[in-house]
Amino acid sequence: MKDSTQSDFTEKIIGNMKETPGPLLEILHQIQKEFGYVSPDLVPVIAESLNVSRAEVHGVISFYHYFRSAPPALHRVQICRAEACQAMGSRVLEDYAKASLGIDFHQITADGSITLEPVYCLGNCACPPSIRIDDKIYAGVSAEIFDLLVDELRIKPLKVVN
Amino acid sequence: MEEFMSKLFVPKDTGACSLGADEVALKLEHYFESHDIAIQVVRNGSRGLYWLEPLIEIETAEGRVAYGPIGIGDVEDFIKESCWMLNKSHPKYLGRTEAIPFLSKQQRVTFAKVGIIDPLCIDDYVSHGGFVGLRKALELSPQDIVSTVSESGLRGRGGAAFPTGIKWQTVLDATGAQKYIVCNADEGDSGTYSDRMLMESDPFALIEGMTIAGLGVKSTEGYIYLREEYPLAHEILKKALRVAREANYIGKNILESGSSFDIEVRLGAGAYICGEETSMLESLEGKRGEVRPKPPLPAAQGLFGKPSVINNVVSLASVPPIIADGSESYHHYGFGRSRGTLPFQLSGNIKYAGLVEIPFGATLNDLLFGFGGGTRTGRAMKAVQVGGPLGAYLPKRHWNTALDYEAFSKIGAMLGHGGIVGFDDSVDMSEQAQFSMEFCRIESCGKCTPCRIGSVRGVELIESIRRGENLQQNQELLVELCDTMEDGSLCAMGGMTPFPVRSALKYFSKDFE
Repeated sequence: MKDSTQSDFTEKIIGNMKETPGPLLEILHQIQKEFGYVSPDLVPVIAESLNVSRAEVHGVISFYHYFRSAPPALHRVQICRAEACQAMGSRVLEDYAKASLGIDFHQITADGSITLEPVYCLGNCACPPSIRIDDKIYAGVSAEIFDLLVDELRIKPLKVVN
Repeated sequence: MEEFMSKLFVPKDTGACSLGADEVALKLEHYFESHDIAIQVVRNGSRGLYWLEPLIEIETAEGRVAYGPIGIGDVEDFIKESCWMLNKSHPKYLGRTEAIPFLSKQQRVTFAKVGIIDPLCIDDYVSHGGFVGLRKALELSPQDIVSTVSESGLRGRGGAAFPTGIKWQTVLDATGAQKYIVCNADEGDSGTYSDRMLMESDPFALIEGMTIAGLGVKSTEGYIYLREEYPLAHEILKKALRVAREANYIGKNILESGSSFDIEVRLGAGAYICGEETSMLESLEGKRGEVRPKPPLPAAQGLFGKPSVINNVVSLASVPPIIADGSESYHHYGFGRSRGTLPFQLSGNIKYAGLVEIPFGATLNDLLFGFGGGTRTGRAMKAVQVGGPLGAYLPKRHWNTALDYEAFSKIGAMLGHGGIVGFDDSVDMSEQAQFSMEFCRIESCGKCTPCRIGSVRGVELIESIRRGENLQQNQELLVELCDTMEDGSLCAMGGMTPFPVRSALKYFSKDFE
């Protein structure tokens, strides 16, 4: 079923960007910022408003690693896989993270709290290995530090306190 | 209270924050406030001495003194020992910041203000020589601006090292009412972070450089294409643009000069290829980041088909001092045809990793050991990758090569954007070669076959070699595949992925046996 909130929002931001040249990436960024992903239902809405084909809109969404077509987990954990981090043990950290979370890259933990993604450089190459959790970057991440950081992201059952 | 200090600096830079600088700053602010201590906590940028981050500095009559690293675990002790009162016996006391050898041995020109000023305080920027170049440029003719940049010998710092002045001249000479200045801030190369540091620590330098470029080629609109992986740089740039606009250093009728220029930040979406200039233009236009064939050159038909200057962050930020102090002041630094300074970035397995801005002409050994102190793990250094994921892996016998564009090109390597990644002797170079192909497979835009398919076959071949299958035959095939990718790819992604692969094969052949 089509989510009218999402399509209303989309039509509104496209209306606000009438004067913006080449606005598609900006539009997608705003949608993903608002809803966490770009629903495939919005593709025809965007295509019609910009007077381009649905294939073109889909092509752009699928080209970029950042854009998601399905709802995300509560938190995004990215592990840098690039050379500077490799030089300080990111391969080991990557294996550990997958095993510890029980998921592969691009998957979501069963409790819906974490999605694990690779990233190719966070620009923190002097303090490797680095990871990014949502918009915060952490340096020198060992397996122990990874566990500590990730544990805080887990959805925990509420405790009743008298 | 005779040595009462008024300002204490805690960097707000991705590197420093990744080591706890935000939490440290909050804790100190809270302590000073609750104890009625009149000290202002300033969030400066990073000095680029990353093994000492978070590096806390305190203003004194003799200049700033530093303590570091002061992480979350050290801040209680820092408070208990009253370090802001200049406790020189504290084990983390480093003395005058400027006298730390890693810093005192550098010649910072483009990074002169980085780590010193408050990145978002325009008065701070102006009092450290900011906007002198722009004020001067407003008095000059566009041709004089372009000629000064040409005479300085500045070459593109993004990696390709194309003379900046020639690019600007082409756009100045192009006809058309609409021209663009595009700043390539898609710093995707592993081991590089100078663009990030500059945008986070001295964003007005980039804004000033772009505005001068606009005046030079008669353009009124600029775009900064920033990668999504840099959230802090994004936040700081947006604020800096607002501040600069309010102070009329950009916008309509800049400083009552009659000239106008404005800048917009556009965010990428996680695609390494968008650091390639034509792919970046496609992305800026809201399309898939697929590479365009050249010609036409972007200087003739660039963004939205209009003549465009495309420069890297560091290139543009190098322009204000060139205009302010004259082309000769910049040109006298350097070596051969590589003029000026380059901010090198020591990364990976390096003991003292950080930013080193020095003139061209020193050697890799000077950087790796003179500045870097060898590996962080304490093991022997085995390989060094220079210039990002498309740069060659160099063995010890090449570490005495002069840091100069031409000297590097002679040994089949490139300086690129100045990123230097150290590896110790635990590295398996066949694994690194396989990753180079894998990275190309993941990040290829898919437009041309040698890159799109070649990288897939490259991964398969190296996997097979690593399993010990048909060693000689497969290695010959890999070399042929590298030839095809180099000769047949549209851009540097497919064309240069063979560099790290070939160098690993050539210099570290034992790892493939």
